[in-house]
Amino acid sequence: MRALRVGDDALLVEASSGEEAQALHAELLRRRAAGALTVREIVPAARTVLLDGVDDPARRAAELTAARVPEVPSRARELIELPVRYDGPDLAAVAGRWGVTEREAARIHAGTEFTVAFCGFAPGFGYLTGLPDRYDVPRRATPRTAVPAGAVALAGPYTGVYPRSSPGGWQLIGTTDAVLWDHARVPAALLAPGARVRFVPVEGA
Amino acid sequence: MTDRALVVVRAGALTTVQDRGRPGYAHLGVPRSGALDPSAAALVNRLVGNPPDAAVLETTLDGCALRPRSSVTVAVGGAPCPVSVGGRPAAWGAPVVVPPGELLEVGTATAGVRGYVAVCGGIAVEPVLGSRATDLLSGLGPAPLAVGMVLPLGVPAGPPARVDGVPQPRPPAELVLRVTPGPRDDWFTARAVRDLTTRVYRVAAASNRIGLRTEGPVLERARPGELPSEGMVLGAVQVPPDGRPVVFLADHPTTGGYPVIAVVRAADLPAAAQALPGTPVRFVPVRRR
Repeated sequence: MRALRVGDDALLVEASSGEEAQALHAELLRRRAAGALTVREIVPAARTVLLDGVDDPARRAAELTAARVPEVPSRARELIELPVRYDGPDLAAVAGRWGVTEREAARIHAGTEFTVAFCGFAPGFGYLTGLPDRYDVPRRATPRTAVPAGAVALAGPYTGVYPRSSPGGWQLIGTTDAVLWDHARVPAALLAPGARVRFVPVEGA
Repeated sequence: MTDRALVVVRAGALTTVQDRGRPGYAHLGVPRSGALDPSAAALVNRLVGNPPDAAVLETTLDGCALRPRSSVTVAVGGAPCPVSVGGRPAAWGAPVVVPPGELLEVGTATAGVRGYVAVCGGIAVEPVLGSRATDLLSGLGPAPLAVGMVLPLGVPAGPPARVDGVPQPRPPAELVLRVTPGPRDDWFTARAVRDLTTRVYRVAAASNRIGLRTEGPVLERARPGELPSEGMVLGAVQVPPDGRPVVFLADHPTTGGYPVIAVVRAADLPAAAQALPGTPVRFVPVRRR
């Protein structure tokens, strides 16, 4: 791992893979909970974890460069089930790329255990990993001006669920009625980094 | 129904409710938000006897006009501007009493961009994740002010400050932003890194609460492509494909895929929030603390 200084009081820790970044994130949360780390924000992303507002960044950088992070036992992490109808307008195109039928594409997606690698784009929008590399799909050539809330979508290696209606370029494969973001709820975000997610097919409209 | 409220008579170009924002939720994709010029917001709060984290109004260039339903003490600060109460000139940068039903007019800034209006008791809209700030990137917090909107006020915490006014820094003619290099300066040519800190940029008109956009020498990349998304900090100098640096302000996205060539010291960001389009900008390299 490599820790890059960011401004006066932040560190960007680079991992060698997405999995290592997730393990590092879990380890940093443990250290903060144990009182061994004072930091304002811990922001995981695709291959990095940002520590913003960290005490003694120079010392932390040295510490983290030398650190080995234990793997995260998956059963220790919360499992969230999202009901889904595989009725998205891009399901046929995605199935075509995968070389399978739409029904089989839905079966593959629903048979995968995902992990919330990180959040971004909008409050409560999680970037979920878990599908094997061969199922990567490109973004749409032309983004939609409005993607409905609850749309289950794919782009690159990620699955995401739109927390609210917004423009978007991801491939829409389904719909969930789960409320991804509700600022009056505690917690506001249904999906937080590190959580496990399964999509559970439901019948009907 | 309470009398402690303000009615919006003129909303101005963009007037939002702001406080110290909602730090601590970046991992959920929630920007920190909050006043772009926190010291000006804290000062007007002090002038009306509010705690420093009370919610204030942040105006953009042309002020706003408000009518309180009960007598309130207000203070206008940040970008200097004319202030009037019931058509009579009133003090800027000092506590002013507005009688019930009288019009408080916050005029067009004579320098700077963002004005701050504190009202004793604070703007008491419902907080979201611990903050009343309007976040224009993600849409959290109250909508920007609109004519006819009624803003509830909180209960005054204490008496207004016993000063007539306090000096406030005037927006500078030239914006000097101290930067530390990285974390992605190695994504740029040596010349680009040199250009950033030796050439003059100008504040672009497209600047907003998300970022201070600049016009000037295009910063050339040493490597193509995008970074995998990574966490972004306040003050990050991000360089999109057009090569023109953008300084991230309070409503910045929490993650991004364009490389950050340098980071501006937080202490210099209030001045960035007050710099008019066309203002010259110099990025000055400093050693990390």
